[in-house]
Amino acid sequence: MKRLILILMVLASPVWAVEPDEMLDDPALEARAREISKGLRCLVCRNENIDDSNADLARDLRIEVRERLLAGDSNEETMSFLVDRYGEYVLLKPTASGSNKVLYLAGPVMMVIAALGGVLYLRRRSRIPARGEEALSVDEAKRLDEIMKG
Amino acid sequence: MPAYNGLMIAELGHFALILALMIACIQAVVPLIGAHKRWPGWMAVAEPAANTQFLLVALAFGALMYAFITSDFSLQLVVTNSHSAKPMLYKVTGVWGNHEGSMLLWVLIVTLFGAMAQWFGGNLPPTLRARILAVQGMIGVAFLAFVLFTSNPFLRTEVAPFDGRGLNPLLQDPGLAFHPPFLYLGYVGLSMAFSFAVAALIEGRVDAAWGRWVRPWTLAAWIFLTIGIGLGSWWAYYELGWGGFWFWDPVENASFMPWLVAVALLHSAIVVEKRESLKSWTVLLAIIAFGFSLIGAFITRSGIITSVHAFATDPERGVFLLLILCVFVGGALTLFAARASVMEAKGVFGMVSRESALVVNNILLGVAAFVVFVGTIWPLVSEMFFDRKLSVGEPFFNQAFTPFMVALGLVLPIGAMLPWKRARLGRVIRKLIPAMILAVAVGALLWAIQTEKSGLGPIGLMLGTWLVAGSLVDLWARSAGGKRLFRLPRADWGKTVAHSGLGVTMVGVAGLLAWEAEDIRVVQEGESYDLAGYTITLDGVERLPGANYISTLAIVTLSKDGREISTLTPEKRVYPVSGQPTTEAAIDNGFLRDVYVVIGDPQAGGGWAMRAYYKPLANWIWGGSILMALGGALSLSDRRYRVAAGARKTRAVGVPAE
Repeated sequence: MKRLILILMVLASPVWAVEPDEMLDDPALEARAREISKGLRCLVCRNENIDDSNADLARDLRIEVRERLLAGDSNEETMSFLVDRYGEYVLLKPTASGSNKVLYLAGPVMMVIAALGGVLYLRRRSRIPARGEEALSVDEAKRLDEIMKG
Repeated sequence: MPAYNGLMIAELGHFALILALMIACIQAVVPLIGAHKRWPGWMAVAEPAANTQFLLVALAFGALMYAFITSDFSLQLVVTNSHSAKPMLYKVTGVWGNHEGSMLLWVLIVTLFGAMAQWFGGNLPPTLRARILAVQGMIGVAFLAFVLFTSNPFLRTEVAPFDGRGLNPLLQDPGLAFHPPFLYLGYVGLSMAFSFAVAALIEGRVDAAWGRWVRPWTLAAWIFLTIGIGLGSWWAYYELGWGGFWFWDPVENASFMPWLVAVALLHSAIVVEKRESLKSWTVLLAIIAFGFSLIGAFITRSGIITSVHAFATDPERGVFLLLILCVFVGGALTLFAARASVMEAKGVFGMVSRESALVVNNILLGVAAFVVFVGTIWPLVSEMFFDRKLSVGEPFFNQAFTPFMVALGLVLPIGAMLPWKRARLGRVIRKLIPAMILAVAVGALLWAIQTEKSGLGPIGLMLGTWLVAGSLVDLWARSAGGKRLFRLPRADWGKTVAHSGLGVTMVGVAGLLAWEAEDIRVVQEGESYDLAGYTITLDGVERLPGANYISTLAIVTLSKDGREISTLTPEKRVYPVSGQPTTEAAIDNGFLRDVYVVIGDPQAGGGWAMRAYYKPLANWIWGGSILMALGGALSLSDRRYRVAAGARKTRAVGVPAE
């Protein structure tokens, strides 16, 4: 129960995410900071990005992102700086490296399998009439049988 | 003495639950044997059992509600989740605002569906009905045992405190208060499809009639899921303070996966009903749909995949739920593997036909659900097997999921107009040319006038237009140029309305994500500023006492071109009982846009932090959800289910007495 209350408190405090005093004066730089923030996880929260989160840690991370940008880092450099520091866990969109290839390939591979299965099924279904009357009459006989059984 | 009364009532509720478990055990076994041996007496046991089980659980639920309403703080659950100063509405909804109570609601709905299967199932063949009720009884046993052994809501406290510890103020909101019941009606509603599938597998028979019987139940469950998800997303939009409406959180995914599979199931059941094809696939989908409901319960309540709104995080409960999941889904799949061969398809159709279009629908929805599933469990899999602790969040899902919805949107209007058996693609496309031209024109126009470079907005609106216009063309063609418009079956209307709803939701999501504007700044009282053509003025800030909170209320005037549009009052509330702050955003709702204003903390240098958003087409998201649910309801009320029910009743009577 205590954990539940803790969680709810984390949940209950998204009143403020980005505060006016954190924002950079340069709108282009600020826009980049916002873009980067949306892909970074607030580490103490549950599945929230640091842009939306009100946790203190999220604020620290937001400021850190802005400091890197002010220092002249590119978006990628800022991201990799944070990954080095906090680990892969900080990325909301995992990199497609190593075992993560499974994550990224699961959808497309399943799509190919499903499409193949679908095509095979449809071909089988559409070929049956080619065999002529026989197939249909078996069907009809069965249906008749069913009706008789009631 | 009222306290004494309350004591008795809680114990009565507890006993009623135990009794319900006993009856569920009987319901799970006796009718099954009866159906196997063709003993009518044994089969008939299912009916009073289902009714009594429902009444007993309703009694238990009533007892718990009574404890909440009368603030009976000798009950542990009431102490933790209620407070005497809470408004009555939230005392009532507080019953399911916690793990134990929500599980009891879940069980209540399981038994309600069991009872309903018996009330409306008079037209079913007796053996099938007995088996359905038996499977429903098994689900009842599993969840009643879960409640009684791991999540008993009727536990007493040693010493009753004077007052409760309140409810999370964030949950004191009508949107969220009614979100769980709808969601559970949806989750549990899918158990009916499951019971039908398992009963049909035992019976060894899936025919057109089965498709017709199972479809209304799935449709009802899907309508509830749609409303539940819509309510939850709407609540997040206006309550969480920045207007986010979907976060791809594991708990949200837990409700979204069964929704996607239910959509697939709805459509494949049509093929079973009309063409007696796709039978084994439909049965499999019915099993998977309920499987996803169970996975949802497991994800939400085991806390194994961390998420923003996990309810209870308890390993014991998690293991129990995992066990339920394995037994039901594993058992059903084993049965499926053994029996699938008996379900021989009958219908014959061409490569281009309504049937094949529905196969495409099922592939896209099935794979989309699979992608969401993989993304949801990947952090767990990765940590367990690859020792990599990582997150899978919104950016991944947006990228991996969206293509399926775009593809679905593109093929839907064409597929929906293809005739059964054998179709000519050219003929259908020719009818849809006006819709196509309109959609492309809308997309091109928006591309030309928008200042952003992104294709999201124009593509989304083009798809939405294509869906709505395509659905209307379909309706027009069906009604022979509008002549029979009001004589069309309601299912045709339902189809048009639901498909248009999908288009409207797509328009809302794309428009909002593409063209949203945001402004964060410190504002002095009396100061004005501009956002997306609107002028926002902070007139003043007041502190006011509320029902059980203290409010900081800002008065904000919204105007455009010097003309005042409305006065908005965003609030920040602090609930003294729990000490939690909440934000009450003020929204000026509009057909084409929302203006969303939030007040923050007072600043050291004077003035208030303020956030304002311009949210184009926001309401279309939920408008579309309402249309989808409405379309489902229209379809559900179609004559063919009622007439067919009557017709089948006569046939059922015709069966020789057993």
